[in-house]
Amino acid sequence: MSDLLSSVWLADQPPVWSPWQWESVLGQARQSGLLGRLGMLFRDRAWLDAVPAGPRHHLESGVTLVERQQHEVQWEVHNLRKALRDLAAPVVLLKGAAYLMASLPPARGRLFSDVDVMVPYAQLQAAEAALFGAGWVSDERDPYNQRYYRQWMHEIPPLRHVLRGSVIDLHHTIAPPTSRFKVDADRLLANLEPLPGCEGIYVLGPVDMVLHSAVHLFQEGEFDRGLRDLLDLLDLIRHFEQQDVFWPDLVDRAHDLGLQVPLSHALRHLTRLFAYTPPVAVMETVLSIQPPAIQRVVMDWALKKALKPVHPTCDSAGTGLARWTLYVRSHALRMPVHLLLPHLARKAWMRRFPGAEKPANA
Amino acid sequence: MRLADLSSTELDKQLCGAGLVLGVGPFAFRIKSPIESVHEGLHRLYSNYPLLRGDQFADFDVTVAGGRGVRRWWRPQAIFRFDGGEPFLPLPFTHAFPLLEWAMNWCVSMHVQRYLLLHAAVVEKHGLAMILPAPPGSGKSTLCAGLIHRGWRLLSDEMALIALQGDLVTPFGRPVSLKNQSIDIIKAYAPEAVFSPTVHDTHKGDVALLKVPTDHVHRIAEPAKPRWVVFPKYAAGEEACLTPRSKAQSMLELGRNSFNYMVLGRTGFVGLSRVIDASDCYDFRYSRLDDAVAVFDQMVADSVVA
Repeated sequence: MSDLLSSVWLADQPPVWSPWQWESVLGQARQSGLLGRLGMLFRDRAWLDAVPAGPRHHLESGVTLVERQQHEVQWEVHNLRKALRDLAAPVVLLKGAAYLMASLPPARGRLFSDVDVMVPYAQLQAAEAALFGAGWVSDERDPYNQRYYRQWMHEIPPLRHVLRGSVIDLHHTIAPPTSRFKVDADRLLANLEPLPGCEGIYVLGPVDMVLHSAVHLFQEGEFDRGLRDLLDLLDLIRHFEQQDVFWPDLVDRAHDLGLQVPLSHALRHLTRLFAYTPPVAVMETVLSIQPPAIQRVVMDWALKKALKPVHPTCDSAGTGLARWTLYVRSHALRMPVHLLLPHLARKAWMRRFPGAEKPANA
Repeated sequence: MRLADLSSTELDKQLCGAGLVLGVGPFAFRIKSPIESVHEGLHRLYSNYPLLRGDQFADFDVTVAGGRGVRRWWRPQAIFRFDGGEPFLPLPFTHAFPLLEWAMNWCVSMHVQRYLLLHAAVVEKHGLAMILPAPPGSGKSTLCAGLIHRGWRLLSDEMALIALQGDLVTPFGRPVSLKNQSIDIIKAYAPEAVFSPTVHDTHKGDVALLKVPTDHVHRIAEPAKPRWVVFPKYAAGEEACLTPRSKAQSMLELGRNSFNYMVLGRTGFVGLSRVIDASDCYDFRYSRLDDAVAVFDQMVADSVVA
């Protein structure tokens, strides 16, 4: 049994799966956060009628859930906008919320967990205070974690609304300032696009949005949503490449921001998994900026395994090692070793001797 | 084919291999477990449920396995796995069978949107369903266990499955989970009833599962029309007392006790209002099961005449 989920997105015929293969695919989709998207794919292509009743119910349930979540995200963005009305700076939606509010293709069927927002660093405190006033309170009770986020990360600890439970991740840039792929937020802020009908709210410019998605994917330590992030990228690129300037802009911008490596990994795996081919000239440039051979081979091996759904049917020899390699790598990218080692030691200690009990079972 | 038709060896083989695929109302569960108490529990309580072939589609693939490493011997654990993840913290090994029951509830409550799911027991007589929503500790399961041994049919002890078109309640009858003193009360009230062994010191106290009467399982595909919504409350020493209750308030309370009312949005609202429109709503306080049976039977008699 293998990864059936990766291949379905490009099929032009409804896949013919045995009942047991359906069970696997649905499990893989649930684990990858892609059940709603899979359901939407079947619905958009009018394939649902060809699906046996058992699996069809699950696809439809997946669609119901994402439709509700999107409705809620729109409402949260509305509340967020109200809360940050007086902020003397642009409020930038990132990732899912941005795709949804800007009506971009990856929003279709996408599952949401929180709303990602970016404001200029100078306005971070004011934004946090305004959100606090509107009911969003920091979830993080541990003082070490609080300090770690605020001192080293590109975002503050998640803010949860006291009544609605909605979560906001408040960023001041898109990668940790200590990271190899740190990005000067001012350069992103200089290139924003306004959201029509949503005064004061912005999204990143097209190429920055693509680069953010690539950085996010390959800097994450956890790959359970890796396939979803890669599909986001595929959708974004296919949408934006209809503008002639997109590819040259993207390559230039990746160079300017020092993000060629994440971009090259992203394009390689889009090609491998979805047979997507960027223009030849772009591929040549991208190939010329690849990391050294040994790194490339290791990364290819690890990503090939880690980008599969986290599901027993997709595990093979080395899957665990591959995920661990990427986990370590993601940390090494985020912080220099003299900061990283004390942090990981501290986290290991906190896990071993938790101050508070874990929540009980249902 | 029913589970009872399977030899003990064959049951073991399926549970330890590709899974035992059990039909429970509208859902199929693929159950895998190497644990003896799970085998026994299934054998004793699920013998009348239909068995699907291993290559048929199962909605949920549920594994209850033992702990790994030292946790096989030292304070041994039972672990629930779903899609390769572990949604709950491990429990003591002896809780394996109740853990399977909780896991099956979790699967439905977290993943099913084709019904409006209410946290309530449902029983039926003359095709008319009585929905019994109640917070834990109000005696809902005890009442439900008593009723199903006095002529009422079990639709569910835990979850009301309301169709999104029409308003029928679909049965999802599974063993009734009884806690603490309720176990002996029902053993005395229905001496013919079959129970799982009592499991001690769970997070709900002592737990025993009560087997669903055979003909209720045979009729598990027969839905019923909602007719009453009754909020029960066990009150020691009190006479039975049925008080009408506002429909609006009952609807709010049912919505609050739903697993997916919010997810379904408008569809959920419309579905729930159909249930409330079709039902008389009551609060019910009681201390003796026989009183409850008498009161509810009278409600049926009044309804059928009218």
